[in-house]
Amino acid sequence: MPLLSPKSPRASVSTTIAIRCLLIVALFAGVAVLAHAQTTTDAGQSARIAALEQQVAANKAAAASAQTSGDNAWMLTSAALVLMMTGPGLALFYSGLVRKKNVLGTMMQSFAMMAVITVLWAICGYSFAFGQGTAYFGGLGNLFLHGVGVTPNANYAATIPEQTFMVYQLMFAIITPALICGAFAERMKFSAMLLYLTLWSIIVYSPMAHMVWGVGGLLNASGGKFPCLDFAGGTVVHITSGVSALVTALYIGKRVGYPKEPMMPHSLVLSFIGACLLWVGWFGFNAGSALAANGLATSAFVNTHFAAAAAAISWAAAEWIRSGKPTALGAISGAVAGLVAITPASGFVDPMSAIWIGLATGVFCYFMVVKVKIWFGYDDSLDSFGVHGAGGTLGALLTGIFATSAINPVFGAGKATGWLEGNAHQLLNQLTGVALAWGISIVGTLIILFVVDKLVGLRLSEEDEHRGLDLAAHGEVGYDWEINAH
Amino acid sequence: MHKIEAIIQPSKLDAVKEALLEVGVEGITILEARGHGRQKGHTEFYRGREYSVDLLPKVKLEIVVVDAMVEKSLQAIISAARTGRIGDGKIFISRIDDAIRIRNEERGDIAL
Repeated sequence: MPLLSPKSPRASVSTTIAIRCLLIVALFAGVAVLAHAQTTTDAGQSARIAALEQQVAANKAAAASAQTSGDNAWMLTSAALVLMMTGPGLALFYSGLVRKKNVLGTMMQSFAMMAVITVLWAICGYSFAFGQGTAYFGGLGNLFLHGVGVTPNANYAATIPEQTFMVYQLMFAIITPALICGAFAERMKFSAMLLYLTLWSIIVYSPMAHMVWGVGGLLNASGGKFPCLDFAGGTVVHITSGVSALVTALYIGKRVGYPKEPMMPHSLVLSFIGACLLWVGWFGFNAGSALAANGLATSAFVNTHFAAAAAAISWAAAEWIRSGKPTALGAISGAVAGLVAITPASGFVDPMSAIWIGLATGVFCYFMVVKVKIWFGYDDSLDSFGVHGAGGTLGALLTGIFATSAINPVFGAGKATGWLEGNAHQLLNQLTGVALAWGISIVGTLIILFVVDKLVGLRLSEEDEHRGLDLAAHGEVGYDWEINAH
Repeated sequence: MHKIEAIIQPSKLDAVKEALLEVGVEGITILEARGHGRQKGHTEFYRGREYSVDLLPKVKLEIVVVDAMVEKSLQAIISAARTGRIGDGKIFISRIDDAIRIRNEERGDIAL
C-alpha cells in the first residue's frame, strides 16, 4: 500500500463539486458584494447632489440676503442724506439769504415740512403717490401705511424692505414743498404756509410723483404712455416746486419796499454751509434713486458731482465777466442749479454729458435770476423759480438729448435712449413731462392759493412784515447779541 | 475835564487803545457805530442786484480826561489812527462839567 496513494476517484469528484460550489457561492457573493457596492455608490451620489443643491440654495439665499443688506444699508443712508438736504441744508441756505429779522421764520418753514409732511405721508401721501391706482393718481390701498412692511415691493425695489422705499420717498416729499418757501420768503403767514403746502403736497406732489414713478403712471419710463426720463425728480421735485414758486410769488405780491429798499442776505456764511450740505445730501437724492447699491448708483453719484462743479464754475464765470467779480453767493447758487439740472439726467448720462449739462445750467440760471427776474419784476425772493423751475426744466429737456443706453438701457439693451443716440422722439416725451409738470403746478397752486387766501389770508400784515417773521409769527428772535443779553 | 469822542476805522481800534494806554489814559468806552463822512460807501452785489452801502462800520471811542491829558490823548489817537486816506475818521472835543464815581460818589477830576 503506498502511503501516498492518489485520492480515490470518488473523493476527487466530491472535491471538485465542493470547489465548484465554492466558486458559485463566491461568484454569487461577489456579485452580491458588487451589487451592494453599486447601491451604496448610488445612494452616496444622490446624497451628495442633494447636499450640493442645498448648498446652492443656501448660497443663493446668502447672496440675496447680502444684496438686501448692501442695498438696504445704502438706501437708509440715502434717506438720511436727503433729509439732511432740508434740515439743515435748505434751512440754512434760505435763512442766510433773508434779512436778520426773518431768520428763524425761514428755518421754521423747512422744519415744519419735516414734521408735517412726514405725518401726512403716513396718513395718505404715500398711498396717493405709490399705491396701485390709475395713470394719474395712486390709490387708497396704502392709507395709514396699510400693507407697507419689511417685505419688498417688487413694483419699486425688489431688494429692500418697502418701508425703506417708503421713508426714502418721504424725504423727497419733504424737500419739494420746502423749496417753494424761497418764493414767498419774509411775507407769508405761518398758518397760511402750513395749509398751503399741506394741500400742495396732496394735490400737486403726490399725483406728479405717481405719474412719473408710480406703477402704471402716465409718464413712467418703463410702461407709461409717455415714457419720460426723470431719474431722481427733475419734473416731480424741481419743476413742480419751481413753477409753483413763480405762481406764488406773482399771487402773493412783492415784499413791502421791494425793489426800492435794499434787502440783502443777512448771512452768506449760513447760506454757504447750507449749499455745501445740499451738495453732499444730493448724493443720496440722485445716487439713492438707483434704489440699490449698484453701478447705476455710481453713475448717478459721479454725474451729480460733476454737474454741480461745472455749474458752479459757469455761474461764477458769467458773473465775473458781466459784473467784474465772482461772488461766493454766485458760486454756490451755480452749484445748486447744476444739482437741480442733473437730477433727472443723473442715471441716464455719462460724466462728460453731466459736465456739459452743468456748464449750460450755470449760465442759464444766472441769466434767469439776474436778468429775467428783473425784466418781469416779480419778487421770487430767494430765486426758487430761477434755480429750481428754470434749472429743472432745462435739465429735463437735456436728459432727452444726452441719455444713453450705455449707462442705463431703460428702453432695452442697445436701444437708442436719447436724441444724441438717435431717439429724437424722446425729446417730445420729455416735453410732455415738462408740460404736464408745469400745467399741474400752475393750476393746482392757483386753486390752493385762492382757497387758503379766503380761509386764513396769505400775507402778514404790513406791520408784522416790518417786524419780521421771527417776532410776528413765532415770538422769538434768532440773534440776541444785545449788550444786556445773558 | 474834557470828553474826546473819536470816530475811527474799526481796524485801527487796537492801535489807538494801546497808544492811549501808553500816554496814561485809564478808562475808555467803545461803541460800534455805522456812518459815513465824505467818502460815502461802497457797492455790493447779490445775485446780480447792486446795493450801495453808504453806512460803513466804524468804531466810536469816548474818553473823558483831565485838562492836562487832552493834548497828549489827541496826539495818541491821531498818530495811531491815521493812514492818510479818506475815511480815517474824526475827533470831537467837548467840555465836561462834572464826573461822579458811582461806587463812592467821588466827584470831579478824582472820579475819572
